[in-house]
Amino acid sequence: MSEDYNDNKTIHAQSSETMGGGSAGVTPDMDYVRPAEIADQDLYHGHSFITKWIFCQDAKVIGVQYFLLATFTGVVGLILSWLMRLQLGFPGAAGFVTAEHYYQFVTMHGMIMVVYFLTALFLGGFGNYLIPLMVGARDMVFPYLNMVSFWSFFVAVAVLMASFFVPGGPTGAGWTLYPPQTILEGTPGSGAGILLMCLSLILFVAGFTMGGLNYLITVLQARTRGMTLMRMPLTVWGIFTATVLAMLAFPALLVGALMMSLDKVLGTSFFMPTILKAGEVLEYGGGSPILFQHLFWFFGHPEVYIVALPAFGIISDLISVHARKNIFGYRMMVWAIVGIGALSFFVWAHHMYVSGMNPWFGFFFATTTLIIAVPTAMKVYNWILTLWRGNIRMNTVMLWCLGFIVTFVNGGITGIFLGNVSVDVPLSDTYFVVAHFHMVMGIAPLMVIMGAVYHWFPLVAGRFLSEKLGKWHFWLTFLGAYSIYFPMHYLGFIGVPRRYYEMYDSPYVTSAVGMNEFISLAAFLVGAAQFILIYNIIKTLKTGKPAGKNPWKANSLEWLTPTVPPEHGNWGDRLPVVHRWPYDFSVPGAKDDYITQTTPPSEVSNTGVEKT
Amino acid sequence: MHPGIIFFLVILGSILFHIFTPWYWTDVASNWGGMDDTITLTFWIGGGVFVAVCLFMVYCVFKFSYKENRKAEYKPEDKKLEKILTWATTLGVVALLAPGLVIWNSYVNVPKNALEVDVMAWQWGWQYRLPGKDGKLGTTQVVNVNDNNPFGINLDDPYGKDDVMIQSDVLNLENNVPVKILLRSVDVLHNWYVPQFRAKMDAVPGIVTFYWFEPNKTGEFEVLCVEYCGVGHYAMRGGVIVQETQEYNKWLDQQELFSDLIAKQEKMETEKTKLVKK
Repeated sequence: MSEDYNDNKTIHAQSSETMGGGSAGVTPDMDYVRPAEIADQDLYHGHSFITKWIFCQDAKVIGVQYFLLATFTGVVGLILSWLMRLQLGFPGAAGFVTAEHYYQFVTMHGMIMVVYFLTALFLGGFGNYLIPLMVGARDMVFPYLNMVSFWSFFVAVAVLMASFFVPGGPTGAGWTLYPPQTILEGTPGSGAGILLMCLSLILFVAGFTMGGLNYLITVLQARTRGMTLMRMPLTVWGIFTATVLAMLAFPALLVGALMMSLDKVLGTSFFMPTILKAGEVLEYGGGSPILFQHLFWFFGHPEVYIVALPAFGIISDLISVHARKNIFGYRMMVWAIVGIGALSFFVWAHHMYVSGMNPWFGFFFATTTLIIAVPTAMKVYNWILTLWRGNIRMNTVMLWCLGFIVTFVNGGITGIFLGNVSVDVPLSDTYFVVAHFHMVMGIAPLMVIMGAVYHWFPLVAGRFLSEKLGKWHFWLTFLGAYSIYFPMHYLGFIGVPRRYYEMYDSPYVTSAVGMNEFISLAAFLVGAAQFILIYNIIKTLKTGKPAGKNPWKANSLEWLTPTVPPEHGNWGDRLPVVHRWPYDFSVPGAKDDYITQTTPPSEVSNTGVEKT
Repeated sequence: MHPGIIFFLVILGSILFHIFTPWYWTDVASNWGGMDDTITLTFWIGGGVFVAVCLFMVYCVFKFSYKENRKAEYKPEDKKLEKILTWATTLGVVALLAPGLVIWNSYVNVPKNALEVDVMAWQWGWQYRLPGKDGKLGTTQVVNVNDNNPFGINLDDPYGKDDVMIQSDVLNLENNVPVKILLRSVDVLHNWYVPQFRAKMDAVPGIVTFYWFEPNKTGEFEVLCVEYCGVGHYAMRGGVIVQETQEYNKWLDQQELFSDLIAKQEKMETEKTKLVKK
């Protein structure tokens, strides 16, 4: 490829003089974009099936691979949640769900959904597909490493799934893996299960680091000419900041998993104090179980934002495009993303108010936690202010956006309950927590993923997904999920603890039997509704309406490739040149209600563009 | 049907559910009613924001639905509005945080007259120990725990001899007397929680953790373990009976002291040796 682009610099230097516009007010240098400083990227072009689709170095294919594998793990997580709800709603109905199995399902469901589904899907899936396209690069800067990243993820998933088939089964320690119980008998899967879990996490982190370096350096170094940081779509800002968090947070998980494995295999005592088990004192001593919790949540809380920040970014772009209006307060949005990301490293112990750590920490962590509410609230205001006086297309994508706002605000508010240390005391470890994090970290990001799928599917596959099926999918998912998690908070108020296989006949929980049945039925329905999307995708690939170029009339670069779907190398002969931010919708004086990022000022010189 | 109507009904339904829910907290039976009040305050402020944001969204959806000939407003930023919203939110957050921290302050400062109770957790059950006449609990060690010393009390600690050992997983407490729960565990994490008392804290092997409360309603309550502790977690229950002073003292007098246990064992030992000698 390098031969084709040897004269790159000259091409680029010329392209800033495309000023035949001729309208009044055009000055000779108004379209000037500084020349390129580095030569174009040299890409490896695969020719065989294997190099094109399996061991592939094209970020777009890798993105789709990540997406498909993450979705597979998500379906496994979904089926596990069905089995759990079967037991909770109708205890004993499925005889094979013993207490051991129940806890294994709880654990695997949690770990799969948080790490292997959401994280992999947002960063590996959307990150890979969108970053190079949105910043105007030909590919990620290290394509080979990017390929290895996916295959590490693949092996991590394989190891994780293998733990279902080892003696003792997968770990049933809860997704937080709190020692000492994690590696002691009395917890299901405390042998091979937990070791495979640790190994899988280590592989995941290693693979993710390779991908993460790619995302960061691509955003920092490979943006096309004119694409300043403050002209990047918020999707890129969200994924970029989330990746920075991941680079800093995942090492804590990695060492935690490593130290736990050593405690298990070599009998070290990082997390193990003196323990009396079945009348015998074990050969451990002097370790601290709380140390693991600090390591886990130093990863675990940023992890929440590793999922949330890409979701914030993507939803901002979807709302803006489909409300035909610029995102309100772009600079505020960028700084909110960066600020939330930075603050997220100072709040981890709000998961540990009643863990037995020094209770005086509570003052500090409650304060930092509630400070985060301010930039987060600003983002919410800006989303709804983007709708205000917009021209809102009520299509499937917008429905997912609206569903996101409702569920995210709901889950954010309940987060204020839990972050406010003394309010957390009665609610922690109850179903209020379960309802809270599923609403804010499960359903809200899922709404974004679905919105993003309906939005970008025409780019990836060149065809529109069926709107009719999409609306069924949305309403069943949104109404179903809301009726699962909204009432569930009230179980927490009663005091129903989480991670209970069965409630017996505690006086204050018998009243919850009916609600548990209802929640289970809703969960079965919502899970089943997801297969509408799979059907929709298969049907669309065969018979869907062709989308053509830039079907949503968006501004950002990913829609402006010479071919749809974009080919390897993305941009044909010439890299695009960027002249403005991606949110010039409905600019007064402009012919259309959108001005793409590549439109030079001279072509729209009679408009009232404010922010470029 | 316009989608806005369904979103509106969801918001309306949420409010109605909250007002008419039959599922709500149990009557508080300790001094931590302030936690309930903070929850109520958070419901008003947070719930207000939730409803306001969602209704504004619904309004926008109705008012600004797509029309071919309309153009959206072009206004990238509004510094003044953003500033107002930032400060209003900050104010709301402070209003919620302040009472929360005040209550936390009393949560971590235990009253001097609180009765210390040793709650020892294991997979999967609870046992309790009260200080004797000297008002102090003897120190303990996990390695000391055996059939003759179920709490692992250090035998050379003079404070331990008169400790009251309760032979049941039900603990009796005196109404209106503050209790400092000292939690420890011999194996894994546990958490001693009575929903009606609101308070909780993990029991962590290797250290002693604490929290306090003052029961203010007599009656029987169920204890739940609320920190996952392995496969028997859900079955790890216990009980608390809160009594008036007279009944409580009657119960207390019936409990065995550690010195009684030691004496009993010594007697058994001497009888055993006598038997052997014979």
